[in-house]
Amino acid sequence: MYEFLQQLLNGLSLGAIYALIAIGYTMVYGILRFINFAHSDVFMAGAFIGLNVARYTHPGTFLGGFIVLGSAMLGCALLGMTIERLAYRPLRGAPTLNVLITAIGVSLFLEYSGQKFFGAAPRRFPAIFPVREFTFGGAITISSNQLAVIGVTFLLMVALQLVVFRTKIGTAMRAVSLNPRAAQLVGINNDVVISFTFGLGSALAAAGGILYALNYPSIDPLMGVMPGLKAFVAAVLGGIGSIPGAALGGLILGVVETFVAGSPWSTGKDAIAFGILIVILLFRPAGLLGKSGVEKV
Amino acid sequence: MLPKPLLALAGALLLAAGIGAVSDRIDPYFLDVLTGIGINVILAVSLNLVNGYTGQFSLGHAGFMSVGAYCAAAITLFAGPGLLGPSGGSALGQGSLFLAALLCGGLCAALAGLLVGVPSLRLKGDYLAIVTLGFGEIIRVIFQNVGALGGALGLNGIPAYTTISWVVSFAAVAIFTVLCLVHSTYGRGFIATHDDEIAAEAVGLNTTRYKIVAFVVGAFFAGIAGGLYAHFKQAIAPAGFDFTKSIEIVVMVILGGMGNTMGVILGAVLLTLLPELLRPIADYRMIIYSLILIALMISRPQGLFNFHRRNPAARG
Amino acid sequence: MDIKRAGTILSAAAFLALAGCQKQDDSVIRVGEYASLTGKEAAFGQSCHKGTLLAIEELNAGGGLLGKKLELRTEDDASTQGQPATIVKKLISRDKVIAVLGEATSSRSLEAAPICQSDRIPMISPAATNPAVTAVGPYVFRVCFIDPFQGAVMAKFAKNRLGLHKVAVLTSVSSAYSVGLAKYFKERFTADGGEIPVEQKYSEGDKDFNAQLTAIKASGADGIFVPGYYTEAALVCIQARNLGLPVPIFGGDGWEAPELIQIGGTAVEGCYYSTHFSPENTAPVVKGFVDKFRARFNGETPDGMAALGYDSAAMLADAVKRAGTTEPAALRDALAATRGYRGVTGSITMDPDRNATKAAVIITVKDGHFKFVESVAP
Repeated sequence: MYEFLQQLLNGLSLGAIYALIAIGYTMVYGILRFINFAHSDVFMAGAFIGLNVARYTHPGTFLGGFIVLGSAMLGCALLGMTIERLAYRPLRGAPTLNVLITAIGVSLFLEYSGQKFFGAAPRRFPAIFPVREFTFGGAITISSNQLAVIGVTFLLMVALQLVVFRTKIGTAMRAVSLNPRAAQLVGINNDVVISFTFGLGSALAAAGGILYALNYPSIDPLMGVMPGLKAFVAAVLGGIGSIPGAALGGLILGVVETFVAGSPWSTGKDAIAFGILIVILLFRPAGLLGKSGVEKV
Repeated sequence: MLPKPLLALAGALLLAAGIGAVSDRIDPYFLDVLTGIGINVILAVSLNLVNGYTGQFSLGHAGFMSVGAYCAAAITLFAGPGLLGPSGGSALGQGSLFLAALLCGGLCAALAGLLVGVPSLRLKGDYLAIVTLGFGEIIRVIFQNVGALGGALGLNGIPAYTTISWVVSFAAVAIFTVLCLVHSTYGRGFIATHDDEIAAEAVGLNTTRYKIVAFVVGAFFAGIAGGLYAHFKQAIAPAGFDFTKSIEIVVMVILGGMGNTMGVILGAVLLTLLPELLRPIADYRMIIYSLILIALMISRPQGLFNFHRRNPAARG
Repeated sequence: MDIKRAGTILSAAAFLALAGCQKQDDSVIRVGEYASLTGKEAAFGQSCHKGTLLAIEELNAGGGLLGKKLELRTEDDASTQGQPATIVKKLISRDKVIAVLGEATSSRSLEAAPICQSDRIPMISPAATNPAVTAVGPYVFRVCFIDPFQGAVMAKFAKNRLGLHKVAVLTSVSSAYSVGLAKYFKERFTADGGEIPVEQKYSEGDKDFNAQLTAIKASGADGIFVPGYYTEAALVCIQARNLGLPVPIFGGDGWEAPELIQIGGTAVEGCYYSTHFSPENTAPVVKGFVDKFRARFNGETPDGMAALGYDSAAMLADAVKRAGTTEPAALRDALAATRGYRGVTGSITMDPDRNATKAAVIITVKDGHFKFVESVAP
């Protein structure tokens, strides 16, 4: 019983990280209809920015921790907007294949530049927030870092829903995702909205990166590849384009993966994510919370 | 008189035999690079059929290559000694075994292509890319866990049957097959599917069938290339057939120009030579590759060697 | 410019560049090295390379070999499968090296070994521990011990020194080294009467081991054997301690890197691993090596990989001196006849399988530093 509960807790904590990254994927897909392959590398950049900023702050304090988190989010927002401006905007209107390839190019560029300039060996990520262990019933342990992940993901999701449904820019985002040309007709500046979306998504990725690095304090330039792929699966599972869907998908995937990893078939834990993807795409391509769209000719 | 394409094929096979005859006079490293080029040409041409002509973005090609590699290597390693006898068999015996192993590898890869293609090909664009990537990873994980095939260590001590003539011959056959397919009514089907799937369906083409055919043929030749690769490097491991390998092949196709066989061949040649020439700055290689990819997509999406614009902005 | 012209010009340029034959200078002895200087195992490759470089420079300072200077030709395989084969062929056919040194990992050594064997050029692996490497043929050697020995060392250590009865094993399925070492540990530990309650698996690159560790905790194991690389070992220790698993955790030579302590922090205190060398060894040959290494490389202390890299080059030089020639067949025989060669990693004797029979060293982490525990003879 204890083992089951502990695994559940582990799974939720892992799933919350996937959820955070998945939300970024889903936002960009909702507006631009393409998978931003470079998203997982922005996640990695967030962790590295955090590592470098943490050198100047006091470790183990709330203030220091929030400064690191804030600067990483800001830095990545700028990075995301720059990538959009330089690599994706020139391809607005081009076939999705071209944009996809460009996204892969950006992703590879970030990964290999990271390897060249930071070295491929993993680095230690400092404990920027004060850490405490909590034990329940003497058998189930959870660290404050894991709680932070779940808490921050929840908060960010709520904040995001508020932005998307209660602010002007959020309404503009929804408009552009429904019909870009009509949005332009009513006076929305698509470029600004898209930039903002990228910035927001990248900031979320950076937060994900910092939280991931807190829980698994070894960061390297390729750290985003697997979590990125799994987060994409989570986004599809929950329904691509739906923010609560991405969160739900992330949590489900995290829990399933954890239970598989703790079982005798632990070697299949990476394959299970792809297996879920294939099953979902075959039987319910719209995802759990997505809407079945009709393709207009 | 044989029709021109068949003549060209015969000429290419003669060339292959000719090169084979003088191969001991060529510097081994040089020969090595040529062999590598040949194998990459087969990979690029086969992927071009799927990505370029039929417009289906497959990111799991290395998976099919690995199926062919393991299958061919397993035959020569496990069945070989029994069939060839203790002395290692005659040249003819070894050659036939090799041919049989390669063809088996190709067929297994084609079967894998069918298994992967049928469920995936109803997906479009990005989804297809991710699913094929996923299948590529699943295939790799499977090989990693099969102890009989070496698991993570892979297979080694594979006999070095691959020679330049084998590679050139198969490259010629691959190019011949792809070009014949493309210039036939199948080819019209592929191109129609690429240009506008909905319109193609509307005029009664079974696009799924064309997609599957392209996929399976592409997988077959990837398997052949895999078998040649295994008997060239003499050691294969699951780690060598990962996502990075698939991306390398994709870059060759894109660089050369999707849908342009000649361009893709040149792309393969260029991208095999480049790492060798760039050895001094090897750690910048992938950075340069990725920048080339981005620059190409923004400024010249039809590829470097595609001089007849096939109208890349066909569909939004 | 049409496609045919573009093609011809490109091909011509490329072939000219490649075919540009370098005239080989016969007044130097060239030794080839292939290593993972970049990529995932850059830590091991860089370390080995530094050791090898130091040895070659020392030899040259002492007048070279057989009256000629030595030249080290190093190529980076970027920790990628498929690269060693090309590199080694190039080293042998173009650079005309007398021998090839490399690599630190078993899977890539296994790729290059058949080529060296069929071209009849001796290959010495500094640190590949999987038995399959030297089984390729009589031209392949190694200066380190092999995994069956290493697995047995850790099994005996766990049973006798740490007094453990139920040891869980956490293996990396994507690494041949890990799978091999796990197998040999299990064989020896169960033969000695121990029990393996559970074996969990992971892949290289994984960061989250909570699931596997929770299962291990539930199995009631009193120790965990992690035969993988330091990147994952550090995280395993941290997560195990966080989950309330205070049991001893130990591993093999893949743990050896400064990052183990940097990343693992307090969680790796009191953990053990087996390796080839300890810089604290007071033997004069070791002390001399450590001082020279520090002087050459900015005060950096050499680890097992560097020591093995040094020994691979030094043992080669010793064999050349004994053979009196660089002719491959004679060199190979001299290498196979190596008995009691005093290397910095201990006394090296080539056994009939061309593996080194020598002692292993067990290291622990104390107060943020690596500390020598004991030496285990074969």
